[in-house]
Amino acid sequence: MWQIFHKLGSPKWFFGIASTLMPWLLWVGVALLVAGLGWGLAFAPQDYLQGNSYRIIFIHVPSAFLAQSVYIMMAVAGLVTLVWRMKLADVFVKAVAPVGAVLTFLALFTGAVWGKPTWGTWWIWDARLTSMLILLFLYFGVIALGAAISDEKSSARAVAVLVLVGVVNIPIIKYSVEWWNTLHQPATFKLTEKPSMPAEMWVPLLLSVLGLYLIFGWLACLRMQTEILVREGRTRWVQQLVQARGD
Amino acid sequence: MAFDSFGAFIVMEGHGPYVWACYFVFFLLMGAVMFWSLRQRRFVIAQQRRRTDSTPVRAESPAGASFTRIEPSQD
Repeated sequence: MWQIFHKLGSPKWFFGIASTLMPWLLWVGVALLVAGLGWGLAFAPQDYLQGNSYRIIFIHVPSAFLAQSVYIMMAVAGLVTLVWRMKLADVFVKAVAPVGAVLTFLALFTGAVWGKPTWGTWWIWDARLTSMLILLFLYFGVIALGAAISDEKSSARAVAVLVLVGVVNIPIIKYSVEWWNTLHQPATFKLTEKPSMPAEMWVPLLLSVLGLYLIFGWLACLRMQTEILVREGRTRWVQQLVQARGD
Repeated sequence: MAFDSFGAFIVMEGHGPYVWACYFVFFLLMGAVMFWSLRQRRFVIAQQRRRTDSTPVRAESPAGASFTRIEPSQD
């Protein structure tokens, strides 16, 4: 266990593992996402109450799910940065923060467009929507703080503290639909219960969530590799790698 | 299929513009992030290669301007 943990700290080891995993993550992810979205758009039955506008769920739920998961992963990496000073953890936070921001924006945008035919409004200052907007601002804060401090170690520590402070927002997003009276419907998937929707609806949704997770994995590996190349540019292994690679 | 025709699939009983706008923005932004991330890595690799390439070249031929090392007398 500790050996894996120590190996994970090595940028060179990670670079090699990421290169092996990346084609699988991308192509399996794209296949699952295309299957899930195609099924959801054309073959899943209509919702008896919302009609066809509910088909937005197949991109809204995966985006919102990922937006929150990415933040939790960043918080774990932030803790690792502060406790063990692992460089790769900070590389992860810096690499995925922009992806998390895009996913949060997508969750907000698709939610707003879905809200118009369903609730009759694009936006309302309701607990779930407002806490998701705060998540977007937290992502912007992490990106801006990381870019503002040029010293690598100080930047890593400051970003880790901000990410850990912001993680309090995650349970607020999760339980906002239960704690407050909101327009937003409760969670679609719960670990302890069977989904309330029929299999023709939740199976494509699950495929889309898994597909987007894998595509995020590919993006995280790719962006971490780029960050490693910048940081470790003076080391011999990066110089040899750069000379050997064509892309 | 949940629709009778391709036309009905596009219109989605009036909900088409909402659904298609969401899918368009989703693919546009995800595609842009993926493309931009790939380009960034390509750019960084090219930059690093230029840096490692330039070192031996500079040592062999000082292209353009030439600098002569002046050794002042120690007397």
